[in-house]
Amino acid sequence: MFKNVLTTVLIWLTALIVSGVFVWLLSDIVIHGLPRLSWAFLAEAPKNAGRSGGIGPIIISTLSILLVAMVTATPLSLATAVLLSEFTENDSVIGRLVRRSLDVLAGVPSIVFGLFGNAFFCIYLGLGFSILSGGLTLACMVLPILIRTAEEGLQATPDDYRLAAAALGMSRSATLVHLLLPSAAPALIAGLMLGVGRAVAETAALIFTSGYVDRMPDSLLDSGRALSVHIYDLSMNVAGGDTNAYSSALMLILLLLIINSIAMSLAKQWLHRDIVLYE
Amino acid sequence: MKLNGPVKPMNETYTLGPLQIGPPCCDPEPLIRVDNLSLYYGVKPALENVSLDIYKGCITALIGPSGCGKTSFLSVLNRMTDMIPDCRVSGKVHFNGRDLRDLALDVQGLRRDIGMIFQKPVPFPLSIRRNIELPLREHGISKQAELNDVIQQVLQDVGLWVEVKDRLESSALALSGGQQQRLCIARALALKPKVLLMDEPCSALDPISSGVVEDLIQRLRGKYTVVIVTHNLAQARRIANYAGFFWIRDQQRAGCLIEFGQCKQIFEAPAHELTAAYVNGSRG
Ligand SMILES: Nc1ncnc2c1ncn2[C@@H]1O[C@H](COP(=O)(O)OP(=O)(O)OP(=O)(O)O)[C@@H](O)[C@H]1O
Ligand SMILES: [Mg+2]
Repeated sequence: MFKNVLTTVLIWLTALIVSGVFVWLLSDIVIHGLPRLSWAFLAEAPKNAGRSGGIGPIIISTLSILLVAMVTATPLSLATAVLLSEFTENDSVIGRLVRRSLDVLAGVPSIVFGLFGNAFFCIYLGLGFSILSGGLTLACMVLPILIRTAEEGLQATPDDYRLAAAALGMSRSATLVHLLLPSAAPALIAGLMLGVGRAVAETAALIFTSGYVDRMPDSLLDSGRALSVHIYDLSMNVAGGDTNAYSSALMLILLLLIINSIAMSLAKQWLHRDIVLYE
Repeated sequence: MKLNGPVKPMNETYTLGPLQIGPPCCDPEPLIRVDNLSLYYGVKPALENVSLDIYKGCITALIGPSGCGKTSFLSVLNRMTDMIPDCRVSGKVHFNGRDLRDLALDVQGLRRDIGMIFQKPVPFPLSIRRNIELPLREHGISKQAELNDVIQQVLQDVGLWVEVKDRLESSALALSGGQQQRLCIARALALKPKVLLMDEPCSALDPISSGVVEDLIQRLRGKYTVVIVTHNLAQARRIANYAGFFWIRDQQRAGCLIEFGQCKQIFEAPAHELTAAYVNGSRG
């Protein structure tokens, strides 16, 4: 009896602490960041090392880096996940090898990715400090998450679908495109959002690859400062940059929310057209 | 020897024609000839030396205890065994005069000719319409008018048209179990198969839906060749023209065919004592 009560109280307490920390964090950012947030702030270029002015070019750079990263990583990871879950045996040598290397890759600290990106994309491939280098580095970084979530999503689709489709004389590729991928779509989207979240929050890997320059980028080969780098710079290196750091952090959170909801609504439309999971 | 009269008032939502009851049906003309078939999973034999003929237009029931290889036998007939790693098949299986085990055979075409219905209904998580449309499109039928015609035709064939014609665009997963199974049969019929393999198609259904599906299977007689696995002996007796009795040989734990013949004979005058014991319910 007493044990039960204790367990209940403990569970509630942990839940309360966790959500309390989250609420405190969020309200801190909103309280400090909201007053400065305005359309002008979003559109203007930063002035005086970011103490005044806005974050217009930085948002553009962030979105470009993100676009490069996701456009490269998504097809690659989807193809790998399909290979792993549909075309190799679970315990085959190649399957085990790829899975093991992905797990290792997922645990590598992002600063190492940054150094690798700098050495490979910036110097070896000669892309320099650029949005392209940053985006490609992030792509390498989110690849393991994307592949593992996509693979798990595909493996969670019932084997019955594969058997029934085969019994109807459908080819494996048609089964994949018309049945398995659509059924796994919720998991694929969730994985994609996880990847976007990690990419957008990344600082260390970008400092070495896409650089610090806070001008509006002219092309993908220009250096561009990401929001996370901007926040880091304002709060660590610029005295008096705290208010704008808060506003930028708030913007970062809003950006994630916006991307999330756009993806969700796109997915819903797509699902509704192709696959009807519920009434 | 033809029992052709409608025994129930003809249910007008079906378009497959009147119910035909009971064996036997017609002059036997073998459509599938199985000769000395053995099947192994790895080194473990699951079926040994099975020989039988599946007759055109008839319903053949396969009965026998759990694990005696009935499902394995069915999956040889449409090459679903290809999908099981280290499953090995030996012997001869002829369909339409061709060896089914021929590696050069067009397996997708074969599975179009020989459809399969599973124990648990497997509707795809798509709309009712897309469920039937998807395999049709895969087999090269893409004109919408033609698709619509086939969809209506097969849904009428399985008696589902009246129930679903106003919600073709809604999810097939929302149908009841019996409706789902009939949709799966409709989906298979849409490909105009010659043979339908049914692996315990009624055993996941309630008695009423099971009865409806059983009626439907009887209506397939004559137009399609049906091979049905069932644990329901009364059902086998009611619907089948021919019956095969499988058993597990004790020494090697391999399944084998004990007896094959007209359903009436298997149930009323079995030649083998094991068959007699099984159909009378004293063994198995
Ligand atoms: N994929 C497989 N791999 C290995 N062994 C298998 C496989 N499928 C079936 N078996 C074995 O083969 C034997 C025959 O199985 P099968 O499913 O054909 O029997 P069944 O007559 O259909 O049984 P039930 O009436 O329970 O459905 C069983 O001993 C089973 O364990
Ligand atoms: Mg079985």
